Amino acid sequence: MTVSYGRYKKYHPWLYQPRHPILWWIKKWAYVRFILRETTSLAVMFYAVVLVLYVNAVSKGPEAFAAFSEWLASPLSISLHSVAFLFAVFHSYTWFNLAPKAMVVRVGTKKVPESVILGANYAMWAGVSIVLFWILTTI
Amino acid sequence: MVKRSNEPFWWALFGAGGVVAALTVPVLLLLTGLAFPLGWLPAPGYEALNELFSHLLVRLAILVIVSLSAFHWAHRFRFTLYDGLQIKHLNAPVAFLCYGSAVAFTVLAAVSLYTF
Repeated sequence: MTVSYGRYKKYHPWLYQPRHPILWWIKKWAYVRFILRETTSLAVMFYAVVLVLYVNAVSKGPEAFAAFSEWLASPLSISLHSVAFLFAVFHSYTWFNLAPKAMVVRVGTKKVPESVILGANYAMWAGVSIVLFWILTTI
Repeated sequence: MVKRSNEPFWWALFGAGGVVAALTVPVLLLLTGLAFPLGWLPAPGYEALNELFSHLLVRLAILVIVSLSAFHWAHRFRFTLYDGLQIKHLNAPVAFLCYGSAVAFTVLAAVSLYTF
């Protein structure tokens, strides 16, 4: 006799499959924050594309760079960059604040306090920002 | 034999991208996307940028930033789709699409930056 297992799948996802509405996260600020945090990855990706296009425009010559600079100054680009900037800062903020929880550093047997790691993260952020700012404003 | 999971590999790229993006994206985006186009600060001209990007190390640094950022996006976006849209049954195609995009973007960026 053969036994039918139905639509057998690993972990039996069909046994109990409650459906939530797509906007399940909208009712609670903590969930909205979570979705906003995950959304920051879109801003990061957006800027990665812009940065490649920026270098590409320079490599194509002065006209291409002028055209790209003009696009950068367009209302659409300014709007996109404004929103992306807020998300990028939110990404940095949430990332650095989570870091001490995700990565526990020990010196000998002592745990390095969270505030020290947090401070080091923010100091590094400031340092990198200052160096990049200096490079791009002095060349 | 248990099939070894490749999740740690993607997670490592996600983590590295998270750090790199957190450190570099806000300042770069603020300068090239807002401060320069809006005239808050004098924008570097074509000659200066051409000189800056002519250094291979600078382009390599840019490639590291954009590629790791893409893998960071891929991992986060994958799980946002997974949890947000409740498409757990599409796990494999979604993962393929997200990581595949990051790989494709990295290749395009590498070619574009190499042939500067």
